[in-house]
Amino acid sequence: MLKRMLTGGGLGAALSLIPTLAMAAGDKAEALIVVADTRVLTGVQLYFADLYNENMMIFAVWSVVLTTFMGVVLGALMDLIMKHTGIDLTKRSLVEH
Amino acid sequence: MDIWTMHMPISGVDIFWPGLLLIGFSVGCIGGFFGMGGAWMVTPGLNILGFPMAFAIGTDIAHIAGKSMISTRRHAKFGNVDYKLGVIMIVGTMIGIEMGAQVVMLLERLGKVESVVRWVYVALLALIAWLVFADYFKAVKADKAAAAGGNAEHKAGSGGINWAPTLHKIKIPPMVHFNVAGIYCSMWLPIIVSWLTGVLAGFLGIGGGLIRMPALVYFIGAPTHIAVGTDLFEVMISGLYGAFTYSLKGRIEMVAVFVMLCGAAIGAQIGTVATKYAKGYGIRILFGCAVLACLCSIILKEFKYNTIATVIVLGSISIISLVICKIMIGGAINEIREKKAGIVAPESAH
Repeated sequence: MLKRMLTGGGLGAALSLIPTLAMAAGDKAEALIVVADTRVLTGVQLYFADLYNENMMIFAVWSVVLTTFMGVVLGALMDLIMKHTGIDLTKRSLVEH
Repeated sequence: MDIWTMHMPISGVDIFWPGLLLIGFSVGCIGGFFGMGGAWMVTPGLNILGFPMAFAIGTDIAHIAGKSMISTRRHAKFGNVDYKLGVIMIVGTMIGIEMGAQVVMLLERLGKVESVVRWVYVALLALIAWLVFADYFKAVKADKAAAAGGNAEHKAGSGGINWAPTLHKIKIPPMVHFNVAGIYCSMWLPIIVSWLTGVLAGFLGIGGGLIRMPALVYFIGAPTHIAVGTDLFEVMISGLYGAFTYSLKGRIEMVAVFVMLCGAAIGAQIGTVATKYAKGYGIRILFGCAVLACLCSIILKEFKYNTIATVIVLGSISIISLVICKIMIGGAINEIREKKAGIVAPESAH
């Protein structure tokens, strides 16, 4: 029980530090005040530009979800294409440290 | 607006989209091959395209997260990702980055810190480049000596710099088996190494892939391919969180992320599959060249030669991407030819 609690606590503490890991990957960013010009936009672009102007939290959630979705879909699509190349994609033949 | 430009809905500018595709492709290629995010390569490219710099870092990080996801998936299929090692290292990296960032803030309160950080970065990159090339030449010398002395037991490439066996002798419990990487060591070794690389990354304000990959090889003793895959796993996790925080600050242009990701999806496959045909030392030597290019660009930027710095970064990533493409295409053609001829490739080992 104590081991589980310690593991859980450690994991929680580690997760709480993730922001610094991510934010270190660039200059420290301040919030940007930009209003997207929605007059020239239509459809999906209009939806996301509106979201950007009105609710940044949902916009941020959408950004992560869509990036993940794109990563997964493009990865799967490329897997499909690579399978047809005839290359063995499960092992390496070169042996070296 | 013609067919070659695309409207960015948030920033309101029109961007030459094949340029974004090309940046994504090159960085995907290089990142998949070396196991790093490659933010230092993207920003100059976006700058050239006229992309608003306020959105560059966030867009870059989101694209790196997506791209690392594609590369990690492919590396995992090759058995190049040690998740246990990756998760343990994330803990050390996060604590280290937090501490490194605190040091920078402390220095900022004391005075001008930017130049100090830049020169520390230069020194570190020079050290990494020296390490990579010295290791290579030492291994080549050992191979030649073994060949001249008729030593049949000598394994090619085994005579280079390798501090890991000495560090593995430190038996502070708990001892852990990292089965994928084939390492048995104290759990404190990856924690301390990742903590140190984290402190440096936090201090320098970078993602850290550039430091972590060689650290995994030289200090922890991970084979180069495992180091590349495991590092990408870390980049993926940090990148996703980075995408979230930068989006919250309004510094992301999702349309550009998607276009770059389309290029990166192809590049990442090429870069990752190329590791199948490249020897560990081949990867490290090319990595050393990339580090040298990064080093030159930082020095030039310090002396305000921004245009030459951009040319060097873009020129070097083009050349390195082409070399990686050549390795992948050449290797694939050989493999397919051998398959048709009925030659079975030996089983992989790390």
